[in-house]
Amino acid sequence: MTDLSLGGRTRVDRDRLLHLLQNYGVHLGVAVLLLVNIAITPHFLSAENFRTQAVQVAPVLVVALGMALAIGSEGVDLSVGSVMALSTSLLSLYLGYGMWIALLIAVLGGVAVGVTNGALVAFIGVQPIVATLALMVAGRGLAQVLLPQLKDVRDPTMASLGSGDLLGVPYLVLIAVALALLVAFVVRRTTFGRQLLAIGDSRPAAKLAGLPVRRVLILVYVCSGALAAIAGVLATARLTASDPTSLGNLMELSAITAVVVGGTPLSGGRVRVGGTVAGAVLIQLLTATLIKHDLPPSWTQIAQAVVIILAVYAARERGRR
Amino acid sequence: MPSTTGHDTRPVMGAAVLSVRGLSKTFPGVHALDGVDFTAHAGEVHALIGENGAGKSTLIKVLTGVYRPDPAATPGTGVITYDGSEVEFTTPLAAQHAGISTIYQEVNLVPLMSVARNLFLGREPRGRLGLIDFRRMHREAEQALRDLGVRVDVRRPLRELGVGAQQMVALARAVAVDARVVIMDEPTSSLEPREVATLFGVIRMLRARGVAVIYVSHRLDELYEVCDTVTVLRDGTSVHSGPIAELDRLRLVSLMLGREVGDVRDEGLTNFSGNHDTEAQPILEAQELTVHHQLRGVSLAIRPGEVVGLGGLLGSGRSETAKAIAGALPPDSGRVVVAGAAVRTGSTPAAIRAGVSLLPEDRKAEGIVPGLSVRENIALAALPGLSRFGLVDEARIDRVVDTFMKRLRIKASGPHQRVGELSGGNQQKVLLARWLAMNPKVLLLDEPTRGIDVGAKAEVQKLIDELADDGLGVLLISSDVEELIEGSDRVVVLKDGAVVEELTGDAVTEDRLLRAIAAAPATTADPRTRGGDDD
Amino acid sequence: MTIDTPSPVRPVDKVTEGEPLGASRSERLSAFAQQHGALVTLVLAVLAAWLSFDTFMTVDNTQNMAVSSAFLAVVALGMTFVIITGGIDLSVGSLFALGGVLAAWGSQYGTAVALLLPLAVCGLIGFVNGLLIARSRLAPFIVTLAAMLGARGILLAVTDEGSKTYLVDKDSFFATLGQGKVLGIGAPVWITVGLFVAGAVVLRRSRFGQYVYAVGGNEDAAALMGAPVARTKTAVYTLSGLCAGLAGALNAAWLVSGVTILGSGMELEAISAVVIGGTLLSGGFGFISGSLVGVLLLKVIQNVINQIGSLDSAYQQVVSGGFLAVVVIAQTWLGRRRRVL
Repeated sequence: MTDLSLGGRTRVDRDRLLHLLQNYGVHLGVAVLLLVNIAITPHFLSAENFRTQAVQVAPVLVVALGMALAIGSEGVDLSVGSVMALSTSLLSLYLGYGMWIALLIAVLGGVAVGVTNGALVAFIGVQPIVATLALMVAGRGLAQVLLPQLKDVRDPTMASLGSGDLLGVPYLVLIAVALALLVAFVVRRTTFGRQLLAIGDSRPAAKLAGLPVRRVLILVYVCSGALAAIAGVLATARLTASDPTSLGNLMELSAITAVVVGGTPLSGGRVRVGGTVAGAVLIQLLTATLIKHDLPPSWTQIAQAVVIILAVYAARERGRR
Repeated sequence: MPSTTGHDTRPVMGAAVLSVRGLSKTFPGVHALDGVDFTAHAGEVHALIGENGAGKSTLIKVLTGVYRPDPAATPGTGVITYDGSEVEFTTPLAAQHAGISTIYQEVNLVPLMSVARNLFLGREPRGRLGLIDFRRMHREAEQALRDLGVRVDVRRPLRELGVGAQQMVALARAVAVDARVVIMDEPTSSLEPREVATLFGVIRMLRARGVAVIYVSHRLDELYEVCDTVTVLRDGTSVHSGPIAELDRLRLVSLMLGREVGDVRDEGLTNFSGNHDTEAQPILEAQELTVHHQLRGVSLAIRPGEVVGLGGLLGSGRSETAKAIAGALPPDSGRVVVAGAAVRTGSTPAAIRAGVSLLPEDRKAEGIVPGLSVRENIALAALPGLSRFGLVDEARIDRVVDTFMKRLRIKASGPHQRVGELSGGNQQKVLLARWLAMNPKVLLLDEPTRGIDVGAKAEVQKLIDELADDGLGVLLISSDVEELIEGSDRVVVLKDGAVVEELTGDAVTEDRLLRAIAAAPATTADPRTRGGDDD
Repeated sequence: MTIDTPSPVRPVDKVTEGEPLGASRSERLSAFAQQHGALVTLVLAVLAAWLSFDTFMTVDNTQNMAVSSAFLAVVALGMTFVIITGGIDLSVGSLFALGGVLAAWGSQYGTAVALLLPLAVCGLIGFVNGLLIARSRLAPFIVTLAAMLGARGILLAVTDEGSKTYLVDKDSFFATLGQGKVLGIGAPVWITVGLFVAGAVVLRRSRFGQYVYAVGGNEDAAALMGAPVARTKTAVYTLSGLCAGLAGALNAAWLVSGVTILGSGMELEAISAVVIGGTLLSGGFGFISGSLVGVLLLKVIQNVINQIGSLDSAYQQVVSGGFLAVVVIAQTWLGRRRRVL
């Protein structure tokens, strides 16, 4: 917000205020929650607590990054939770061949789901919700077929990935931050990022400008699938177990919430990586606050539902402008 | 029912059913209607014509309750009088209930539902327990359609019918609600000739029943065949109203376009300089482009350094020709040759690679990407060339953007301002910059100066001139006759999707253009026999 | 052209019974596949299972399949209405579970409370979904996704965070709604059949049903033709909530307890059943009987997978996900070909 044009009238000011609130409300929310917690929650300001919160938010954030790309292209990816489950199954199955091979295969699984999603959307013209819904159903089934029940992961490298740290910062958090920076870089600095935003903002204009619309869309879902798979690996490392039945359940909802709360409109054309990070942190803090004050999970879920509706409602106002 | 023999025996016109006086409608920044007078009488077919932006669709939308008119400046004006009393329709439904039915250009029915269900939606005959009596509904639907000369299985889904028959179902629905006024917005744009004949039969039947028909079309032949009276709109005002028989074609076209035949005008009212004729080989040749219902074997050639105008009324196939050349509208047949090599048709990227760029007519929906900045919009098409290994070369983009923002004098608070916030003229310049950054060989400009203010208009016109001087081939589409004549070195005139004449050299005058547009059709026999031009 | 007859118009299209205009043989074949493909597949699946497993066509097994299909079928019934309007309801799984718990809790105050309480609460949540979608124009998937979460929250709140299970008195009338048998067939099956007949009549023969199709087929046209678009949309989400709540209540009566962990993933099963049954996910086309066939097909496949024994029950999801993808691709292709026509 550096360039100011005319302005000066109250109407403009109110619009700007609303605009600011929509764009930076999520940061304000995070700040308020932090302050409230510092004031009322005992032991909130401990390194240990921050560590816990950050480790918990890492997988959600990684999934949300891919979701932000999908939503930026005026789509959505409901299959992310199932991709996490698929990834944890593949990881467990191939861990015998060494961690790096298993990791590679897990991510390739996510890429394969992404290619399928992308092909359904870009070539066949299925609505993104529907296309990714089919993969959401089949993906989790496949994950459970590959690995019928919970399995402990006893791999020292995986264990250290899950609980180790560098200068006090957990690996999981480092990886999530690195991926966030990478996605921000891709959105800002690559042709793919620019083309994605143009396609999300105005598909007809992008087509007439000769952009490779199909290729970009497929790549969007591939990114989303790969990031979800990585999130699956991270979550497995943290839990030191593979549980394809429950891992990633409702993850699509958390990811969409983080993205939408972070100020990325569902109508596409914008990707706010910083906002998405803040959105994921906001949801995590909200949950943590409620839990720390012995408010039951039921309240957390209801609160989360209300936050989603409010965020979408606010974004709708922006869309109309 | 008294027989109406032929279209020459016109029934005596009835009383005024629907009229407006001094009607205005403004949108933010636009005066769409500015004191329009219009009266439709019972038992008349009233043509409503005008070029793009003349205000036809706004007037129809006000009449049918989609828009509300501006509050009247003086008492007694700006109101709709229906059936002798002032009315105010708040919704399309209210207008329909009052007896004003509209048949939209695109059939507004539900294609997956059966014909009968479409006909009776919301007013199904109901029997015991409030359940729909399908037997009666099907019988009545069949009867209603047979009255219009359509015999179809009313149980089949609507989409299985041809467009013409669907149009008839829409018509049957409009008539079935005892409409007093039926508004038809370009009903024939996608009909076969025999379907048009059927439609005209229905229109005459409605007229005989005392219904007022308001008929919007750009096909002059049809207007003269079926209409009694005509109202011409231009720039939001009604410039003429009266019996159509009193106007010859030339006069009608003159009224629509706002140019007088035989008017002596000074050159130089626009910002175009003289001609830049060249004898060079064509840089682009379109050969026999055909698109079902839209283009019938259009051929034209553009030489480097030449501005070729594409004349014709709205709906004559001007935009379609440009889109077909640019790969945005896949032709059924025909070729596009650029610099001696055939270009794959129906592919925008292929056309762009060959050096053909289109500035689309609908700037807001198909041109700009409103949420992105000026800088990103300019760099959009050229992005792969301005990147290395998929990474954007920001410094090079800055240079390109800076060059073009200066050269085209784009007024923005900076390269990072969102394009959606710019004025129309500056948006157009951003689009021009987007294509110029690609070093095109041919620019197709579809209404490049529409909806932009006078100053920007002059600038854009000057730019077009400069670009041609630099050796680009330019195809210019414009409803502004003056712009077309002064800006073009040659003018290809289209009518009903085919080339009817090509004006060159001294023949590029408003007079000749108007005459070419107004010329009566040779026949409707084989359009291909007169598709070619003379080079 | 001169016209001189009282009926002054020439016929445009002559379409006689078995020969619709523009419908080629392959067109009709694909239309048949869309309408009856699921039924044919169901018959083949049942025959194959019958021949392969002695334990398939037994009275017990078929009884079991019928009753366990009944609950999903009731959910799919409401979902069919929603999908025909072009929407989607992802909250039904949570509403199903919530309905069951509320019914079990309410059964201590009598059958009326046991039925009306879940209907009221789930219907209200559906109504709010509908208002947000129809009036505030929010995207259906995100509204109902939030409702899914919210309803689960309410469920946890009612059950002491899932630690408490309410039981239904085995001898109450409410329990017989789930456990009773008429003519040897379980009560839930009868109720489901009744609801499907009623649903089919409403969809095909009432004016509301016509509006449902019109809104899904072409919302703008429907509005111009005077259909109450917002009211219709609100109504279908309310109906979907009611169906999910009722299915949950019946399920609680059958299990004689309100189980809190049920219902997750049910929304996907219901959507799969509806779409496999021939209803277009893009809206405007579909039929109630197809959804019933879709539910039965899913349950037969599930049963077969269980019979094989060596196969994990997760294959069920793979198969229905694959089915869903195939059906959706086929629908999109069909739709595109027809648009070109």
